Amino acid sequence: MRHVITILVENEFGVLTRVAGLFSARGYNIESLNVAATMDPTVSRMTLVTRGDEAVIEQIKKQLNKLIPVIKAEDISQTEHMEREMLLVKVRAVDNTRAEVLRMADVFRAKVVDVSEASYTVELTGKANKLEAFLRMLEPLGIIEMTRTGPVGMRRGASGFTVDS
Amino acid sequence: MKLTGAEIFVECLKREGVDTIFGYPGGAVLPIYDAIFQKPLFKHVLVRHEQAALHAANGYARSTGKCGVALVTSGPGATNAITGLVDSYMDSIPTVCFSGQVATGMIGNDAFQEADTVGLTRSATKHNFLVKSVEELAPTIRKAFYIATTGRPGPVLVDIPKDVSTAVCEFDYPETVEMRSYKPVTKGHLGQIKKVATAMLNAKRPVLYTGGGVIGSPGAAEKLAKLARQLNFPVTNTLMGLGGFPYDDERFLGMLGMHGTYEANMAVTHSDLLISVGARFDDRVTGRLDAFAPDAKIIHIDIDPASISKNVFAHLPVVGDVGVVLGQILKELERRESGPDEAALAVWWHQINEWRAKDCLHFDQAMDGPIQPQYVVRKLHELTKGDAIIATEVGQHQMWAAQHYGFKKPRRWITSGGLGTMGFGLPAAIGAQIAMPKETVIDIAGEASIQMNIQELATAMQYKLPVKVAILNNTFMGMVRQWQEMFYESRYSHSYSDSLPDFVKLAEAYGGKGYRVTKPAEVEKVIAEALKNRDSFTVIDFVVAKEENVYPMVPAGAALNEMVLA
Repeated sequence: MRHVITILVENEFGVLTRVAGLFSARGYNIESLNVAATMDPTVSRMTLVTRGDEAVIEQIKKQLNKLIPVIKAEDISQTEHMEREMLLVKVRAVDNTRAEVLRMADVFRAKVVDVSEASYTVELTGKANKLEAFLRMLEPLGIIEMTRTGPVGMRRGASGFTVDS
Repeated sequence: MKLTGAEIFVECLKREGVDTIFGYPGGAVLPIYDAIFQKPLFKHVLVRHEQAALHAANGYARSTGKCGVALVTSGPGATNAITGLVDSYMDSIPTVCFSGQVATGMIGNDAFQEADTVGLTRSATKHNFLVKSVEELAPTIRKAFYIATTGRPGPVLVDIPKDVSTAVCEFDYPETVEMRSYKPVTKGHLGQIKKVATAMLNAKRPVLYTGGGVIGSPGAAEKLAKLARQLNFPVTNTLMGLGGFPYDDERFLGMLGMHGTYEANMAVTHSDLLISVGARFDDRVTGRLDAFAPDAKIIHIDIDPASISKNVFAHLPVVGDVGVVLGQILKELERRESGPDEAALAVWWHQINEWRAKDCLHFDQAMDGPIQPQYVVRKLHELTKGDAIIATEVGQHQMWAAQHYGFKKPRRWITSGGLGTMGFGLPAAIGAQIAMPKETVIDIAGEASIQMNIQELATAMQYKLPVKVAILNNTFMGMVRQWQEMFYESRYSHSYSDSLPDFVKLAEAYGGKGYRVTKPAEVEKVIAEALKNRDSFTVIDFVVAKEENVYPMVPAGAALNEMVLA
């Protein structure tokens, strides 16, 4: 099963390696990992996507919490939550395909962020399946390159996942 | 007060109550060694290899309950220390290792004796630090000791660049440590404690299965003894847990697991309640998991939540310090009106005593035959009245020591359990002897293992340590040979200890005493003589039966009750 784990960590040197190292040392897979500082610059927040059965996920959470700089970790996949991912995709756009790329971007509510005589670079934010659908539509037109952030996520509702919560 | 980093180092260790460190100098730690020279606030023991510094610190920590401390230089000093760090990590031994590092400006330049020590030791330690400025040094050292000694103890490494040691700043030692991301739980959840008490009182075939946590947690062994006696429950120890319950108590079943006793393994397999106290269901303990205690409800008391339900599902987990939790359980039991199910326990004990009657550790010592290794261990016990501190290397001799020595109390048994590090015993014995100068400290060794850190005889000589090394010399890497005999049709691939040195002459060359014993009748006399020698170390080369095997044995992947008995 796919699980989305959010983690608050001390924003310090080496913490990303500790988290990544834990996964490799214990044979767990990381599908994606996203990290950036929070409003409090001493704290970073990670969103980590992994796969495993209940026992494995339980062990992952415990092992994460065991890391000294990890403040807290939570599996949000079983809760009401949202996930968003960002995609940058550079598509070949010449003659007759230039309009088609723009049309697709419009349908998906994507933003054109760079234009050249032979390409458009488009930014799209959304759930993974939306991003994938967009890529499928662009593929026949010729994707030059693309990059994705992997999802970030949080629970829905008024309560927050913070150091003090 | 303005001090250099090196002076701060010395002051911090003093404030942490450190009286002894084990180390080896080198370029990157020269400023620290100079500060130690100028202000000797603690004893520094010079080892002959950095791996030994860590094992000695480990032996020191295990025999005293205090934190072991080591100091090594950058590059090879640090890489040599890694085995010792992992050893302490696997066995949860509080250790702080300080390593020198090239100057901050040189880091990343492949400088002379540079290694990415923090990177290399990340998975070898509970936590590690690179100190990037002298201002960070004191708070980092404070945190290092705090992390090493609290929660589930373990090794912490502090990497100190040379320019941090020489830079100057105001010295201010933090009185307290507050870490929002690290708050170990010590007290057990009360609701769980109540459930544990009820389960214990209802149990018909209970077994207390106790590990290194009982040794590590102050007062836990006394509480365990009280609990086991009050409820009349049988107790089995893991390798790490030996000494956590007196071997001569009739409730003691001996060690469990791969080389555990028949009665311990049978009792665990047939139990209806297995109470794990400070143990981690290691594969050497459980055997095949699906056949491990199949009918038992499992209570797991451990300070490390990640240990719980990692290998075996715990029906009733209790996170906390085992000493504290055992105290809570005793208190809860006091409140209960009824006692344990005595009728059921009588039946259970009857069954256990039947298993016991197999006498699975039995061996025969013919006085005109070769010396049996078990006989040497029994004689060591007899002549030290079971009171020695026993360190071991790794292999058959280690298992025979575990099975036959018999420990009365915690901190007398110092063995490399999790990592199984050959070469551990001699430096660990040295660390224990430094900590306990009056005690008898014996390294029970094999002729192969002892050669992995034999250079430490020089350390023993330098500090006039009366450590005894009892080599059970069967001219084989015995445990490897045993597995080859049992599972590889006796193809003894590279397990013969060829070209052995003359251990007597070797001992003498290092300045100590050496004996060789070839006849059973001489065993007692030579041990007695060695025990009298307090002026130097003693090596006894016991020439023992070559192809004796350790039994009982649960083959890897078999169930605990599928033991090979002889």
